[in-house]
Amino acid sequence: MSKHNIGPKRLVVGAHYGLKEWMIQRITAIVMVVFTIVLLIAYIVNGNPSYDGWAGLFANQLMKVLTLLALLSLFYHAWIGVRDIWMDYVKPVGIRLTLQVLTVLWLVGCAAYAIQILWKV
Amino acid sequence: MSDSHQDANTAQPRPVFRNIGITQLAQYRLPWPGKVSILHRISGAALFLFLPFILFLFDKSLASEVSFAYFANLMGNPIIQLICLGLIWGFIHHFCAGIRYLLLDLEMGVDKAAANRSAISVMIVSLALTAILGLRLFGVF
Repeated sequence: MSKHNIGPKRLVVGAHYGLKEWMIQRITAIVMVVFTIVLLIAYIVNGNPSYDGWAGLFANQLMKVLTLLALLSLFYHAWIGVRDIWMDYVKPVGIRLTLQVLTVLWLVGCAAYAIQILWKV
Repeated sequence: MSDSHQDANTAQPRPVFRNIGITQLAQYRLPWPGKVSILHRISGAALFLFLPFILFLFDKSLASEVSFAYFANLMGNPIIQLICLGLIWGFIHHFCAGIRYLLLDLEMGVDKAAANRSAISVMIVSLALTAILGLRLFGVF
C-alpha cells in the first residue's frame, strides 16, 4: 500500500473499504442469483408443495449448507447496502455510527435465527 | 481578461444548483434509470427491515406439520398477503434491477438509449412477475 502513497497513483481514500465492499456486494449478489435458481429448480423438480416435500428439501444436508451460504451472502450484501444508505443520508457521525452498529446487530441476529431454523429440520 | 469582460461576469447572477431537498422530490421527474435506481434502494431497505418477518415465515413453514398448518393459515390473512405481495415485488425488482447493474458493470448496455430500454424492461418484467406470483398468492391458480 505504501508504494501508492506518492505521485499520480496516490491512494486518495483513507479507509480502503470502497472497492473491496463494492466487489463483495457483486459476488454475494451472484451467489444469491444462483441460489434462487437452484431453489426454484429444486422446488419444481420436487413437485411436492405439501409440508413433507418442502421440509424434505431442506432436510438434505447439501441444501442446508447451500441455503446458509446464500443467507450469509444476503446478510453481508445487506450490510453493505444499508451502510451505503446511512453514509448517503445521515451525516452526524454519532447517529451514523449508532445506526451502523444497530444494523450489524440486526443482521447478526438474523444470521443466528437462520442457522437455528435450518438445523431444526 | 479585460475589465469590461469581468463587469459582464459580475453583473449576471450565476445559477446555483444545490442538492435536491425533500420538498422538491414530488416535482422532480426522474428518468427511468433513476426510477429503477431509487426503487432498488427502497426495495432493498424494505427487504432488510422485513428480514425477521421473512425468516419467521420460513421457520413456520419448515419447523413441523403443526407450524406448517399455522403458516398456511397465516398466508390466508389479507393483511399478511398484502405485506407478502409488497415483499415479492421488492425481491423481484431488486433481483431484476441487480442483474441490470451487473450487466452495466460489464459495460453492457451503457449508452443512454440502451440504459433507458433496460430500465423500462426491469419495471415491466418485475411488475409482470409480481402480478403472476400475486395471483398465486391470492389463490387464483
